Amino acid sequence: MNSLWLSHFTATSSIGLGLDQTLGALRQRRAGLAQCAFDTVDLATFVGEVAGVDAVQLPAHLADFDCRNNRLALLGLMQDGFAKAVRAAIAKYGAQRIGVFLGTSTSGILQTELAYRRRDPVSGALPADFIYRTTHNTFSVADFTRHYFGLTGPAVVVSSACSSSAKVFSSARRMMAAGLIDAAVVGGVDSLCLTTLYGFNSLGLISDQPCRPFDAQRNGLSIGEAAAFALLERTPEHPEKNLSADAVLLLGIGESSDAYHMSSPHPDGLGARMAMQDALKMAGLQPSEIDYINLHGTATQSNDAAEGKAVAAVFGPTTPCSSTKGATGHTLGAAGGVEAVICALALQHGLLPAGLNTRQLDPALDLDYVLDNREQPVARVLSNSFGFGGTNCSLIFGRAGNP
Amino acid sequence: MTLTTTLTAYVEGIGLLGPGLAGWTSGQAVLVGSQPYQPHKTVLPSPALLPAAERRRSGAIVKLTLATGLEAIATAGLDAAGLPSVFSSSGGDGENCHAICEMLASDDRQISPTRFHNSVHNTAAGYWSIATGAMATSSVLSAFDASFGAGLLEALTQAVVDNTRTVLLACDTPYPEPLYRARPIPDAFGIALVLAPQRSAQSLAQITVSLTDADADRLDDVALEALRIAIPAARGLPLLRAIALRQDQRVVLGYLDSTRLAVEVALC
Repeated sequence: MNSLWLSHFTATSSIGLGLDQTLGALRQRRAGLAQCAFDTVDLATFVGEVAGVDAVQLPAHLADFDCRNNRLALLGLMQDGFAKAVRAAIAKYGAQRIGVFLGTSTSGILQTELAYRRRDPVSGALPADFIYRTTHNTFSVADFTRHYFGLTGPAVVVSSACSSSAKVFSSARRMMAAGLIDAAVVGGVDSLCLTTLYGFNSLGLISDQPCRPFDAQRNGLSIGEAAAFALLERTPEHPEKNLSADAVLLLGIGESSDAYHMSSPHPDGLGARMAMQDALKMAGLQPSEIDYINLHGTATQSNDAAEGKAVAAVFGPTTPCSSTKGATGHTLGAAGGVEAVICALALQHGLLPAGLNTRQLDPALDLDYVLDNREQPVARVLSNSFGFGGTNCSLIFGRAGNP
Repeated sequence: MTLTTTLTAYVEGIGLLGPGLAGWTSGQAVLVGSQPYQPHKTVLPSPALLPAAERRRSGAIVKLTLATGLEAIATAGLDAAGLPSVFSSSGGDGENCHAICEMLASDDRQISPTRFHNSVHNTAAGYWSIATGAMATSSVLSAFDASFGAGLLEALTQAVVDNTRTVLLACDTPYPEPLYRARPIPDAFGIALVLAPQRSAQSLAQITVSLTDADADRLDDVALEALRIAIPAARGLPLLRAIALRQDQRVVLGYLDSTRLAVEVALC
């Protein structure tokens, strides 16, 4: 593929608002997980909640979009000058030449969960102030974003569970290659809600501790919330001259389906393996040219076992890898976006972030799992995102110049 | 405004299911007006291709997706196992969403595992890959009322950029009350299209798509036009009508408030 340039990017999660705080948390090995005190949830679990989300006020003309997910989206857009960068891109390309591709799994479903507590006792009707289209509907976060910026080009939400905001890069790539747009706002936003907390609990996949990816004693995930965005533009000609050495490029994408089970991965990680191999092929790279893998690493028994086997099959045991979900929690539809930004930070700052909370590596998984931060030159990284329904996506990012 | 970029692909197969429309084969006569449109309730076939356990757990969106997708694949004479796919739906499984919200508002919040895994927007995509054995990529999209257009653009870019056949599955199902009042989708409706990057013996029509400021075409039949307006996936009906009429023509499909899709249809 022709590489794409992540000209601006930002992430907001429980480990920090924006890049500086996120990088600081990674360097200090600071996790954002805390005992769940969200809403009325009565589960013994840890969550990665973003502080201050409900204090965010949407602009008056977009008041219909007001819900936790869009508040978190706006909080994310406000960091690192990202909104300003989008406005500059509009001036450069035109509002109709910039696409919006955002991933979310649950969008503003919390708004509906809350509305169902306030149904009319006689008629059963939802309260009059409930607005489905701009809050609950899966498209709401992309619709909010395009209205916030006045973008008039193609816009869509990708909602394939936990691969959503990795797969947005693929949709944006195709649309840019087709010539319909010149730039794309991509990313993911997912916020805490009862559906996912009680849902993962029903499957026995929620840990009662901060999650421990790839640990021998791992016993489930910790749910988090996050907003992550990147502005994708075509890589200029002669990037070595026209971009700074630490500019981050999207080099390859691999996607696959397990065709196996709705809520369990293929036991040997067959689909995951295909996604990683296809990403390498698209990037024209050998496995040995990848310096770090940001694992999906949810800390469920089945995900980590399947992913570990798939990584070992493609890369062997020597490529450094870790899951950053011990820090952020599993941010579901935002995870691919958050971890793309963490990969970008790894490339720019020469940091392989340690996986947190992992005490004893699962001896069945023969990998170079990073337990302590490593500072070293990083040229190319791969990020895995897998989801319910057997949906897999691997992304490869690299620096424009040598580290 | 420069709106000159066009995307061209070939329609090789079509699936159709909705109120009063029992399939592409029988639905063509209704779309061209040679048979009257009688909008009785959508009949969803049991998904025979799924293993028994999955079949029991499958809701309306899964049955609708499988029925329309398999009809399109059969028309094209292809094996679904080798095809990438695009699923586009405004809201996924409405009945399941209601059941979860009702339980979460009650004293007993212990929703079942099946309820939960059916709550993801990509449920139909997951069942589709299990039923067909397709391990290629699937894009799972929502764009509210623009979902058909968003799905068509995604499928076209797959065909054109990645030079592959692909199947678009645009399906919507209704919510029960009280969500129905907030999102009044009246019935289950789906369109599936197999698109190919090159002309073949199976090609039914060449479509060339671009973004446009023009207004979306309306359907002459009052009841069909009501259907087009009421269900996002039915925004694709003017395209199917043009192919059924077997005439080269230009149709404009509803998409976003800011832009629509112009489709030049040339019969093969």
